[in-house]
Amino acid sequence: MPASSAMRLSEGAATRLRFPLRLKLGSLLSSSETGLKASHFRRPWLAAGLLAPQLLILLFFFFIPTWKALSLAFVQVDPFGATMIFVGLDNFTTLFSSPEYRDSAVLTLWFTTVQCFVTLFVACLFAFATDQVMRGRAIYKGVILLPYAIAPAISGVLWAFLFNPTVGPLAQILDELGYAWDPNRRPSDALLLVSVAAIWKHVCYDYIFLVAAFLAVPASVIEAGAIDGAGPVRRFLTITLPMAAPTIFFLIVMNFVYGLFETFGIIDVITHGGPAGSTNTLVYKVYQDGFRQLDLGSSAAQSVVLMAIAVLFTVLQFRAVERKVNYQV
Amino acid sequence: MVERHIWLSLFCHVVLLIGAAAVCLPLYFAFVAGSLTVGEVQQVPFPLVPGDHFVENTVTAWMEGDFGRLYLNSIIVTVGIVVGKLAVSVIAGFAVTYFRFPFRMTAFWLIFISLMLPVEVRIIPTYEAVADAGGPLRSFFGAIGLTGFLASTTGYQLDAALQWNMINSYGGLILPLIASASATFLFRQFFLTVPDELCEAAKLDGAGPLKFFRDVLLPLSSSNIAALSIILFLYGWNQYLWPLLFTTEKEMYTAMIGLKDLIPVADAQPAWHLAMAASFFVMAPPALVILLMQRWFTRGLVDSSK
Repeated sequence: MPASSAMRLSEGAATRLRFPLRLKLGSLLSSSETGLKASHFRRPWLAAGLLAPQLLILLFFFFIPTWKALSLAFVQVDPFGATMIFVGLDNFTTLFSSPEYRDSAVLTLWFTTVQCFVTLFVACLFAFATDQVMRGRAIYKGVILLPYAIAPAISGVLWAFLFNPTVGPLAQILDELGYAWDPNRRPSDALLLVSVAAIWKHVCYDYIFLVAAFLAVPASVIEAGAIDGAGPVRRFLTITLPMAAPTIFFLIVMNFVYGLFETFGIIDVITHGGPAGSTNTLVYKVYQDGFRQLDLGSSAAQSVVLMAIAVLFTVLQFRAVERKVNYQV
Repeated sequence: MVERHIWLSLFCHVVLLIGAAAVCLPLYFAFVAGSLTVGEVQQVPFPLVPGDHFVENTVTAWMEGDFGRLYLNSIIVTVGIVVGKLAVSVIAGFAVTYFRFPFRMTAFWLIFISLMLPVEVRIIPTYEAVADAGGPLRSFFGAIGLTGFLASTTGYQLDAALQWNMINSYGGLILPLIASASATFLFRQFFLTVPDELCEAAKLDGAGPLKFFRDVLLPLSSSNIAALSIILFLYGWNQYLWPLLFTTEKEMYTAMIGLKDLIPVADAQPAWHLAMAASFFVMAPPALVILLMQRWFTRGLVDSSK
């Protein structure tokens, strides 16, 4: 063994021994060992260089914008943009007392909840069926996965065409059945159309995870259930589904995130938030108020509310992932 | 092996057939519409079999929307996002797992806090940041007096040099979408599972950190990189909100925005045949990726949420 590497090794051992002492100086400064490889390098400047691109991009496109949104939410800018007055929580009280914002919040809650559970139910049904069949499984999987490749905006275009009141083939069928379908005028039709497009696009995501989760249930447990006389449906409900519960919890969180933040393209293509604000979700409203109405104070306050929701969901998501790691067999 | 029920099996096939049909129905009607003429597309009832104008409509839509240029834009932006994000995050992940340095935990938390906020909630402030990327630097140099100092001593106008408007630029379309730590987090998780002996052995053989990274860690991560680049490709190609905000000139549109412009508005001629034909070539690249690389894609997706 060359002398230099032996020295380097003993140096590493010494650091590990010295570590508890250095911790007292302040864990931030000394860098704790959490998530550090036991065998590591000690070249601070090289590390700084490797981290620099990531940190610079985050500084300019994450921290500064976030800071701006936070600070703008507590000030009032005069129409000429010359002065800023600190107004405390005024922007928020105005926001929460505005009936439009409340309508949008209620609508978003409805839309995301319905979208979340319908998507999950449909995906669960498909995944159960996929788990049961032998023949043609790969083909079914391939086809059902396909919408993952399709952008929300394109899903919007496809469904906007299918249910277009003048040319859409499905709208014509509804017309013949005696229902005067018109998403451009009737709010409930518009909301239904947006929901269908959103669900159609997202079932594949839940499906991928559920198929993997159902497949991970050990065959021995299923066989034990079969020997005890449980039929396929009973086995699914009392064995497979509970064992997949962490995945399902994770998917509920992810579905809410999708419904809240990623349905922008669908709404923008199909309805533009109309008619009469019936599909104006919180994210679409930030865009409308900020870029169409140019009401920056209100839109910054709305951004902050959305940030709070996003942080909440991220925490839930981490919880879900932890549970997945802990309980999955 | 457990027993099989013929009826259950049948039921499951029916369910899956319905599912497959529900996926294909909109695509089939889009294909039919894309193969008709403008007169045929408006007839009632809507035709159930495709016409023979699909190629013609595709060419018309491609020309009308100048999709040659938009496709190129989409490719540049998508490749920029995939390569940029992978490069930035693999070295950042390497730094936080394999290096011991002051403020390591601070750097760690600065990076991982960005997992909290998706770009959609920062729409307006990020727009400002991209419209005026030099702004923070200007106010910083102004505050420390460098701007005034340079102007009075050398006559150099620092403020003017720091006017970076990234609207309608590839940088503006790419950089904000790279500003999230999801991939860094993924690489960190993977590096933590790499056996310590590899690094010890590399050190014994006298390899420095960069050599270890290039010759040991990167080859080990190749399958992770492949799976992640597929997910990032789909993410980049399917972007809608960002290009919508950051492009005002038609030359800088992406294919997705070009498609949006082809959708007939209420009072115009209902040229749905062109929009539908165009939607096929806009969704073709990600669809091909999913069909041809299904295994990698499923793996990347399930992995990237861990």
